[in-house]
Amino acid sequence: MNPFSAVLFRDMRLATRAGGSAALALAFFAAVATLVPLGVGSDLHLLSRIAGGVLWIAAVLAALLSLDRLFQSDFEDGSLDLIALSPLPLESMSFAKIAAHWLTTGLPLTLLSPLLGVLFGLPPAGYAPLVLSLAIGTPAVSAIGAIGAALTLSIRRGGLILPFIVLPLLAPAVIFGSGAVLGVLDGLSNGAFWLLGAFSLVAVLLAPFACAAAVRLNLAG
Amino acid sequence: MTLRSILAENLSCIRGGRLVFRDVGFRVEAGQALSLEGPNGAGKSSLLRMIAGFLAPAAGSILLKRDETEIFDGEERGNFIGWLGHHDAAKPQLSPRETLRFFAELYGATGDVDAALDEAGLRRARDLPCQYLSAGQKKRLSLARLKLGNRPLWLLDEPLAALDIAGKTLAAQFIRSHCASGGIAIAATHEALGIDSVRLALA
Repeated sequence: MNPFSAVLFRDMRLATRAGGSAALALAFFAAVATLVPLGVGSDLHLLSRIAGGVLWIAAVLAALLSLDRLFQSDFEDGSLDLIALSPLPLESMSFAKIAAHWLTTGLPLTLLSPLLGVLFGLPPAGYAPLVLSLAIGTPAVSAIGAIGAALTLSIRRGGLILPFIVLPLLAPAVIFGSGAVLGVLDGLSNGAFWLLGAFSLVAVLLAPFACAAAVRLNLAG
Repeated sequence: MTLRSILAENLSCIRGGRLVFRDVGFRVEAGQALSLEGPNGAGKSSLLRMIAGFLAPAAGSILLKRDETEIFDGEERGNFIGWLGHHDAAKPQLSPRETLRFFAELYGATGDVDAALDEAGLRRARDLPCQYLSAGQKKRLSLARLKLGNRPLWLLDEPLAALDIAGKTLAAQFIRSHCASGGIAIAATHEALGIDSVRLALA
């Protein structure tokens, strides 16, 4: 196995083992999405309108929950030093970690979302855009979240600062993601999917470099 | 990959606005071990991190020489370095075998993972999650990783800490055979390494 896949599979294994972040994120996502209809009430029309937005916000928060340890645990136990001295560039390492995070968090959330859509009485036409928007947009959540995680990796309880760094940057994903679902429901042709795709692509391409720079900075600190 | 020598000149280290050490220099040739000595806070770990390229020296230079080719760059230097830090890099959920296999793949090491674990005395614990390992066993895992990585310059931060007597003997033997095969070892330590080494005292 090459160094890139080594990091990818190790991180996926850690996330899916007992105490890992994957199940936690999924449970959190389901819990938030279940709670909203209980709080908002049984107005099905209202619920079906806000389904996309709520699921998108829940997905972002769930991903955030699992992001704070992305680099921090490797930093604290010395793994990051060893990874930095390996032949794998820090940029590739960061990309592997982002991919592992998406595969264990973003992808399962996306696959679970139609089930939660039922709770909101989402019309049949809304399921495809919901899944598609999450599939396109959640990589950006992992990528931008990883930048925040890398910046805060040496800060004790950095997870508390993480949302302040990451959430403003993720606003476009939430806007375009939920907008894409609503647009389809309203029968509007909209560019939200394209904008979301462009946002996601740029985030995923640039994040590894930002993460690597942040890791270098922290290793020198 | 081999190294002929490592040469450090006039190194100064500033951490948190405080001068930790200044004008530190040394030269270590292939086959030699250098032990860094000094009280807590003298900058032993900082010097190791400097050599590894994590920390930029406030002044001075570190050159790794290989056949008259000089390597300056921090990340380029990384390819020569076998690192044993004071953290164990052992994930509680993963077994020593999984841990070592991961690092072997990461480093492109070709050695036998199980043989390395046996040699480090971890045969019985190799499939146990690392959270059940003692500090000494984790140190043995670090030693196995170091050996498997097969890098010419070993940087060791307290390599003997937490090890039992047999473990200390084993660590000394690892370092001795590394140097005997033309490697270089630089160790920060409070105890006698149990091998012939050049000494560098940090005040």
